[in-house]
Amino acid sequence: MEVFVVSLLNGLVYGMLLFMLASGLTLIFSMMGVLNFAHASVYMLGAYFAYTISLYVGFWPALILAPLLCGLIGAAIEMWGLRRVHRHGHVAELLLTFGLALIIEKVVQMTWGLLPVPYRIPELLDFPLFRVYGTQFPAYRAFMLLISALMFGAIWLGLRRTRVGLVIQAALTHPEMASALGHNVPRIFTLVFAAGTALAGLAGVIGGNYQVTEPAMAFTMGPIVFVVVVFGGLGSLTGCFIASIFMGLIQTFAVVFDVSLADLLAQFGIAVTASTPFAEVLNVTLPRIGALLPFLLMVLILVFRPRGLMGTRDT
Amino acid sequence: MRVRNGISILLGLMLAMAGMAAASAQQTIKVAYTDPLSGPFAQVGDANLKQMQYIIDFINAKGGALGKKFELVPFDNKSQPSDALIALKSATDQNMPFIMQCSGSNIAAALIDGVNKHNDRNPDNRIIYLNCGAVAPELTNEQCSFWHFRFDLHAAMKAEVMVRALPKDTTKVYLINQDYLFGQSVQRELKTYLTKLRPDVQIVGDELIPLGKIKDFSPYITKIKASGAQALMTGNWGPDMNLLIKAGIDAGADLRYYTFYAHLAGGPTAIGAGGENRVLSVMPFSENVSVETGNKEAEAFTKGFRDKHKFDFTSAGFRTIFEYLQAAVNKAGALDATKIAYALEGMSIRDFLGFETTMRKADHQLIGEYFVGTFKKGVKYDAEGTGLGWATTATILAKDIDQPNSCKMKRP
Repeated sequence: MEVFVVSLLNGLVYGMLLFMLASGLTLIFSMMGVLNFAHASVYMLGAYFAYTISLYVGFWPALILAPLLCGLIGAAIEMWGLRRVHRHGHVAELLLTFGLALIIEKVVQMTWGLLPVPYRIPELLDFPLFRVYGTQFPAYRAFMLLISALMFGAIWLGLRRTRVGLVIQAALTHPEMASALGHNVPRIFTLVFAAGTALAGLAGVIGGNYQVTEPAMAFTMGPIVFVVVVFGGLGSLTGCFIASIFMGLIQTFAVVFDVSLADLLAQFGIAVTASTPFAEVLNVTLPRIGALLPFLLMVLILVFRPRGLMGTRDT
Repeated sequence: MRVRNGISILLGLMLAMAGMAAASAQQTIKVAYTDPLSGPFAQVGDANLKQMQYIIDFINAKGGALGKKFELVPFDNKSQPSDALIALKSATDQNMPFIMQCSGSNIAAALIDGVNKHNDRNPDNRIIYLNCGAVAPELTNEQCSFWHFRFDLHAAMKAEVMVRALPKDTTKVYLINQDYLFGQSVQRELKTYLTKLRPDVQIVGDELIPLGKIKDFSPYITKIKASGAQALMTGNWGPDMNLLIKAGIDAGADLRYYTFYAHLAGGPTAIGAGGENRVLSVMPFSENVSVETGNKEAEAFTKGFRDKHKFDFTSAGFRTIFEYLQAAVNKAGALDATKIAYALEGMSIRDFLGFETTMRKADHQLIGEYFVGTFKKGVKYDAEGTGLGWATTATILAKDIDQPNSCKMKRP
């Protein structure tokens, strides 16, 4: 029970962090069809910006300023980069964002150095909020949950209940028609891209001190975010939300259950010994492959339900 | 015609450069240094390079060897064995007597093989491989070579140091290691030495994690806490170590962390003040050792680096390598790899911290003192500006880690 409750909380926090990253990516992906490889790089930029800004004016202004900066960078990428290569098709766009990811990583290395930077959580939140069975739950994690929940609410309301949201949804499914009705679709694209990257920046601000702010953080976070977007389904914020929480919980709980395929077979009366074929594979315990489970799930969902959990169209 | 002109100009330039290289080889003793200088592990190579440069300047100021100065020639190997072999080729093409490499046992294995072959085929242009940190035990056992000299303890010896430093009242430990060659050998050796030296200690958990894949270690901490472990022993490095310790501190777990690499670049920054008195690291050197032993000369030497550079002098122990080289080249009396290798094996030196060290003749493994440091406040030299630094908790002498070897050395 103790392990279950603590793991549930940890899974939620990690899932919500994934969601902050993935929500921006899913907006961009579903609207523009661009698989933005530089998304996790902007997450890293958000963390580094927040670190530098917090050195001068503290954490709280950084919480606002760093995502804004990231949003501006996003808008610039869309206006001067993606829009130009758009007519050459998706491959060109993909390559552009891929190149950007590499460039951003190098620029970060050159600006802030190769070592982790001491980006710490603000003192105001640096205390254990409560204890569950003797394990502290840091206040900062609760803060992360709060921010990401607020963000989810804001995006959901923004898309569903406002005029801008309506136009975005229209441009998402019928860009030509929306354009014919007099809406400036390219500007909407820029807006969505900027908003998406700003969200990634925000995730970086609160994720950078929860984890470690270093040049490799984009590389480690990138793949899992793609998994969430594909798993959740295109164009569905709810799907993305569910997928994020699901991935967070799966990775957390996989660590706790020390079982292997051999144990499963034992339930059916089949004993695995050293001479059994594939005994090595059968004896691998769940925690050893826990981090790979999301990728396995992505493959399965692409095979059996290509549109993802709640997607509106095929990937 | 233009193409042919271009080629001949290029050829001419290359000849001229080769000539220049040959000319300068007369004046200095070149040590090729190959490690990742770009890519995700560039910080390792970059930091090593700067520290070695400082050490070499110091050794040169003390006269170098045979009246010549040492010169370090860096080659980027991008953490790839194939690129390391290209570096080896360039080094031998320029008649360099030494090649040095610190990170990655897979690269070390490729280099040993490459050096063996080269030296067999070119008896008049041989090269010695100085290993400054590839720690797979196999390299000086099954794979041992006359041309390979290892100047860092191997994983089994480090594991023994860690087990010896475990306090008497710690009886429950948890092992977490990375699921690849190095992590698995740390896991195996820790278990071996725990059974041998501390039969009272119970291993309450033993886990392998996928290398560099885990972003949140909180679930592991939950599991460790539930197991009732008092200490966590890990060979993890990089993010796998930083995030693990961070998660443990955040959850307020009452644990001590026994690590191999927490003292290396980036570790102290990531761990922060929360790790006070909790994080221990097995290390060949710490800047506070000379303060603790009152060795003024050694302290002045390390302080000189601090004054010049912005980062810590974690690898000052490399000085021992160059002191061995200096002594061996002088003893050999010529820049001849075979003579120098014979001079190196079995050589003993009192290192700059004042401890006896020996380059074991049987397997070319350096046996020297090792330290276990605790991360705490109030030390003279803090780590990475955190206000906390490494205070020596245990000093393990060379005689205590003189483990047997299975090397069958073939000498030329």
